[in-house]
Amino acid sequence: MAEKTYKIIEETGIHARPATLIVREAGKFNSNIELEYNGKTVNLKSIMGIMSLGIGKNAVIKIKANGTDENEAMNAIDELMKKEGLAE
Amino acid sequence: MSTWITGIAASSGIAIGKAYRLVEPDLSFQKTTVEDSEKEISRFRDSLRIAKSQLEAIRDHAREALGPDKAEIFEAHLLILNDPEIVAPIEDKIKNEKMNAEAALQETTDMFIGIFEQMDNEYMRERAADIRDVRKRVLAGLLNVTIPNPSMISEEVIIVAEDLTPSDTAQLNRKFVKGFTTDIGGRTSHSAIMARSLEIPAVVGTKTATKDIQNGDFLILDGLSGEVHINPTEELIEEYKKKQADYEAQLAEWAKLVNEPSISKDGVQVELVANIGTPKDVEGALHNGAEGVGLFRTEFLYMGRDELPSEEDQFAAYKAVLEGMEGRPVVVRTLDIGGDKKLSYLPLPEEMNPFLGHRAIRLCLDRTDIFRTQLRALLRASVYGKLKVMFPMIATLNEFREAKKLFLEEKDNLAKEGVPTADHIELGIMVEIPSTAVLADQFAKEVDFFSIGTNDLIQYTMAADRMNEQVSYLYQPYNPSILRLVKMVIDASHKEGKWTGMCGEMAGDETAVPLLLGLGLDEFSMSATSILKARSLIRKLSKAEMEKLAQEALQKSTVEEVIELVKNAVK
Repeated sequence: MAEKTYKIIEETGIHARPATLIVREAGKFNSNIELEYNGKTVNLKSIMGIMSLGIGKNAVIKIKANGTDENEAMNAIDELMKKEGLAE
Repeated sequence: MSTWITGIAASSGIAIGKAYRLVEPDLSFQKTTVEDSEKEISRFRDSLRIAKSQLEAIRDHAREALGPDKAEIFEAHLLILNDPEIVAPIEDKIKNEKMNAEAALQETTDMFIGIFEQMDNEYMRERAADIRDVRKRVLAGLLNVTIPNPSMISEEVIIVAEDLTPSDTAQLNRKFVKGFTTDIGGRTSHSAIMARSLEIPAVVGTKTATKDIQNGDFLILDGLSGEVHINPTEELIEEYKKKQADYEAQLAEWAKLVNEPSISKDGVQVELVANIGTPKDVEGALHNGAEGVGLFRTEFLYMGRDELPSEEDQFAAYKAVLEGMEGRPVVVRTLDIGGDKKLSYLPLPEEMNPFLGHRAIRLCLDRTDIFRTQLRALLRASVYGKLKVMFPMIATLNEFREAKKLFLEEKDNLAKEGVPTADHIELGIMVEIPSTAVLADQFAKEVDFFSIGTNDLIQYTMAADRMNEQVSYLYQPYNPSILRLVKMVIDASHKEGKWTGMCGEMAGDETAVPLLLGLGLDEFSMSATSILKARSLIRKLSKAEMEKLAQEALQKSTVEEVIELVKNAVK
């Protein structure tokens, strides 16, 4: 299993646009990918799941990928998080 | 059978063509038990597929016609359709509880809508609307009804709707929409302003258009008289084709004045400028002979999106307008939001009296973060043309001083960052509140110009809500009381060597123009399509004679007397 923890630095948190991009990216992989925040775990391939957490600035989140392409998935999402200025 | 309805003529011209109803269909259904849940699941999947292909088409179209920004919302909708956390529970319900797909969809999405609506963040609450939107589309597929897809219209049509919101009109393809008719609204409602900016005829406030008109009915829309003829006779169509040709001939006549000055018969020059809402309107303004922009309503930059526009987004829009106007003056009004104009991502408390509430400059001076971003964007754009800035809803001098202070602070900040801004940017105020009009002599010492916003000035002076049709008779631009306020403002500005403009509907009005010219108004800002007509009128009038006329009008006691006076003097 691959996992990584992030602190959100974007002013508006994970809003519709970044959430859309992350979900679309996650959907490209076979692995089971989850996001953990505030004691709740949601499917990273679910836009509603992510949005329902209302992740704001300074939130600390953990992303976990489990499956045959877990490393590739983790790398792709990591790159996207940085590119979108969500986390450092 | 031929029939007709009437409404308010909100945008001139004549359109002849087929009706396209922008009306929500009936999506009610019964909850039932299904025998064959496999079959029901496949029916559900079919409707998902249909919804998906519709949304993809809409997204592609929006991306091309409106830009990637506007298409993003449809991306989010597509993801909702594919969301495993929504689709799986629906299919489980169909399978395990033998529920029909409509009910399973409703119950599952209701749960998500509930979650979002309970969040303490306004923005998240708005996501509930996204789910509703997507559900509507899938439900329509299941029930075999079509929901209107205004962005997909691909033939010439006349839009029939209860009302048109900014997001409705943003989706319309300008090329194919030949006119609007709506049940509600007046001359100053969004649908009317939009129609004039698109230069298409509109008849609003018909009360019954959506009831009386079916999809595909043949319509004649007369934006000059306010009549809408439904399935007219051949003779009537012929008659209107002639009227249409006459109107176009008149337009062609006015078009000759595009590059002519706006000068009275006795040689006094005024400025005729345009009201615009987006950089896209610049083309129409120039094409109609605008000598500048007298009102750039910046609200549209903030509407129909999910978050505040960034400094960069705003800078790009202001720069585009300033460059597009090629050195002609551009008066930008800072954010006029709040009250009835709401932003989904900016939570504002409900107010009993939104027009008298926390809006416009009041809100901006409270949320200086939002205001400063706009001021910075404006300042940065100022080097690309002739920018003037005005603040809306100013009631006291202190409000103006505070706004000016923030403006100068941002100018300093930019200077320290080494970002160039124009040397002298005129700062003015909107005169919409009677207190400001009455105290104009004091304001005139500190502001660079006034711009009278007549729609609001009339509503506040007459204490009559302009959205309330029952008191619409009190919308009286030529009431002597209004004329006296206008005179006080103009005189006060001239005494200090400043100028006064007007950017309400009144500035382009046939009856008002002679009076305003006589009162000494310097700048007339109106819908672009009214400019040439007003120029043609002003060129026939003598300023000296209009001064006498205005003096007489100021001494009248009712609006009827004023109208009568102008009618007799100007023929």
